[in-house]
Amino acid sequence: MDNKELIIQKLKENFSDSIVEISDFRDDLSITIKPNVIFDVAKFLKENDELLFVMCKDVTAIDWATRKNRFTVVYHIYSFKLNFNLRLKSNLEAEPYQIESVTSIWQSANWYERETYDMYGIEFLNHPDLRRMYMPEGFEYHPLRKDFPVLGIPGSLPLPQKPE
Amino acid sequence: MGLEAKLTQDGFITTTIDAIVAWARKSSVWPMPMGISCCAIEMISAADPKYDIARFGSEVMRFTPRQCDLMIVAGTVTYKMAQVVRRIYDQMPDPKWVIAMGACTSSGGMYRSYNVVQGIDQFLPVDVYTAGCPPRPENLLNALMTIQDKISKTRARDFQDILPQKLEVETR
Repeated sequence: MDNKELIIQKLKENFSDSIVEISDFRDDLSITIKPNVIFDVAKFLKENDELLFVMCKDVTAIDWATRKNRFTVVYHIYSFKLNFNLRLKSNLEAEPYQIESVTSIWQSANWYERETYDMYGIEFLNHPDLRRMYMPEGFEYHPLRKDFPVLGIPGSLPLPQKPE
Repeated sequence: MGLEAKLTQDGFITTTIDAIVAWARKSSVWPMPMGISCCAIEMISAADPKYDIARFGSEVMRFTPRQCDLMIVAGTVTYKMAQVVRRIYDQMPDPKWVIAMGACTSSGGMYRSYNVVQGIDQFLPVDVYTAGCPPRPENLLNALMTIQDKISKTRARDFQDILPQKLEVETR
């Protein structure tokens, strides 16, 4: 059995109700799951003895602007045992845009989730330290949302006053 | 040389305080290297033996603002960094000058974006703007010579009324 079949079979055995979509495009396996099970799926993928996805390479999001499910949170994880990259996706349906944090499973997700929160305004529940990553504290907007203008909102970022 | 010949003749020269103070000031402009991004590499090149900023008396790059006269802002200034640049500028003793080195610093450059200040003259008094992305070292030396011209036209009393600036103390 090859890696893809193994992963799909293992997930179907345990989370058959929660899998929304499985896509295998150009040898990249993407599995879309429901947002409420992200923590359990992540824990399972990491701790199952045959899978061992111990490395979280990236957490980010996509803003689809006009779609019904506006945001998709994307996780890229890697298994040394299988030498396999897996993409996990989860569509957020409505405001408030919230999803469970996976920082307690993969420590590396800490700053990725902070960045995603800063840029898209997606709240990661039970994150140990959910502060902005790049923008100054007190900034009210989320710059990578599609409704944010490229040149920013005038006056939203303070500048020191010019002397004299 | 001219100066020694004068001294052996009469033992004294006549000049004005303004002229000699301005001459002293312009001949040892100590820069604060505010190297924020790639322009800093060209600023470093200007200090190496090939371009040799020491010819102009500006080889003493101090990494403390307390000993500097000239701030070379070399690189993209984001809104977050603007607070830091201004803080360092405020710590420099008067009289002081500023070079905006490169396109990003002068106008935001190619970063026409929400996070980059579109020209540092929004929060700093700039004396010389330098074109280029990044400017070549010759261009920076030209900016320095322009500053020297500007300094040589100052009078000592231009700066006597400047009071020490009030620094906002952050307790965090």
